[in-house]
Amino acid sequence: MSLFSLFGALEIGFIFSLVALGVFISFRLLRFPDLTVDGSFPLGGAVCAILIANRWDPYSATLAATVAGALAGLMTGWLNVKLKIMDLLASILMMIALYSINLRVMGKPNVPLIAEPTLFTLLQPESIDDYIFRPLLLFFIVVVAKLLLDWFFSTQKGLAIRATGSNPRMARAQGVNTGNMIMLGMAISNALVASAGALFAQTQGGADISMGIGTIVIGLAAVIVGESILPSRRLVLTTLAVVLGAIVYRFFIALALNSDFIGLQAQDLNLVTAVLVVIALVIPLLKKRLRGQKGV
Amino acid sequence: MLCAKNLKLTFNPGTPIETRALCGLSLEIPTGQFVTVIGSNGAGKSTFLNAVSGDQWIDEGQILIDGEDVTRLPAWNRANRVARVFQDPMAGTCEDLTIEENMALAQERGLRRGLGHAVKAAMREGFRTSLATLGLGLENRLGDRIGLLSGGQRQAVSLLMATLQPSRILLLDEHTAALDPRTADFVLNLTARIVAEKKMTTMMVTHSMRQALDVGERTVMLHQGQVVLDVSGAERRGMNVPHLLAMFEKVRGEQLSDDALLLG
Repeated sequence: MSLFSLFGALEIGFIFSLVALGVFISFRLLRFPDLTVDGSFPLGGAVCAILIANRWDPYSATLAATVAGALAGLMTGWLNVKLKIMDLLASILMMIALYSINLRVMGKPNVPLIAEPTLFTLLQPESIDDYIFRPLLLFFIVVVAKLLLDWFFSTQKGLAIRATGSNPRMARAQGVNTGNMIMLGMAISNALVASAGALFAQTQGGADISMGIGTIVIGLAAVIVGESILPSRRLVLTTLAVVLGAIVYRFFIALALNSDFIGLQAQDLNLVTAVLVVIALVIPLLKKRLRGQKGV
Repeated sequence: MLCAKNLKLTFNPGTPIETRALCGLSLEIPTGQFVTVIGSNGAGKSTFLNAVSGDQWIDEGQILIDGEDVTRLPAWNRANRVARVFQDPMAGTCEDLTIEENMALAQERGLRRGLGHAVKAAMREGFRTSLATLGLGLENRLGDRIGLLSGGQRQAVSLLMATLQPSRILLLDEHTAALDPRTADFVLNLTARIVAEKKMTTMMVTHSMRQALDVGERTVMLHQGQVVLDVSGAERRGMNVPHLLAMFEKVRGEQLSDDALLLG
């Protein structure tokens, strides 16, 4: 694998670290199986790309994309909490609705960002090559996001969200408005995913209506891989594990696709993903069995 | 003071499995009183408790806590007035959270939760002191996940958690039923001590007639969603389990089968 494709893997790995953090909040902390992400990831990309194409500055465009994602998550939560629609179904409804909304936002199936300024071109110093600078900036963004989440989930409000996911009846008995906490958690989760979509559009030269397909699988794969390489119940370590999971996952994908001797091609991506997730799920089981044989 | 007026609740109305859980139940508990509630399965004990806590809304009637009408308030909005310990030790705590995080949640029961740190150093000291009174060695395990504790330990912590914030009424829903006899005794003694110390208005549901007479100062029996027996003072002090059974039979005019009520 060349240095170039290594940095490329890191770049996408960091972007999907944000997705993985979002998926971690919905699936693990709130225990809300949320497929909205397949729609909110391209929503972030679409909003950001169309705004930049319309001469918005990239900072405001990225921020607007994040807010749009938060609204999408809020909406999924609202469907579940207020209209009592089953969580999975609410998120699927929101996901398909977002497909149309994304087409409306862009006005066409894709918006290219070739000559337009992006966060990355604006901030890039002369002395660093773009393929090195992009993962560097993304690394910084991911670290800030992880630390912010660690802080938030140790506050009173953050603890209330965790309690809502863990034991809603107990949370209510402690005076937690669990419905509001679900909506808030979903908003934060999808805001992260949409911001990842916005960054993805800016690094990949544009937004595309199909860029969201499989986002949830990649996010979950990252969470599962992370949890199996760094199993911990402490939140600070779990968020770290999730971030690492996304990077390790992208690294293996790049390795698999760039190793000529295996003979895998780009169209094998989803197969590789599935195999990786199976391996990550089986490793803890194998570990247990090995220990069992030693008689512990 | 708790005042329940003519509570009515029917599950699945108009269907073959229609169940009338509460049929005009009325009960008044003055401030500071410790009431035990007994009754056979399906008598409406848990439904009544859930109605007071807000987990279950009633069809008709009115629930007042210290004169305030809470009938239409959701459970989370009553939490500043109602503290509760569940029957299932798993239900009253969050197993994924640590002991101190669980206690911090309870410390803020019914208050506005903001962006301040949930577990503060000063708070931790308070938790340590109150956990030490349990004599279970939990004061040194603040950072442990509460899921690692035994059922009895979790129930003892739940009880402490219920007293971290002042409340108008404490609801105990067969909170010793899932424990082994020794642990059940420990938790019951702890309950009696804490309630006496804090002079809390308390309603304790129990399956055991022995328990019902041993603790508290008043005993209420429910049957078919109504209060059928209400004893306190000298009358109650002179009572034992066979008395209670006999009175129950007299009131209802029907024989009780042995499995309908468990003797403790």
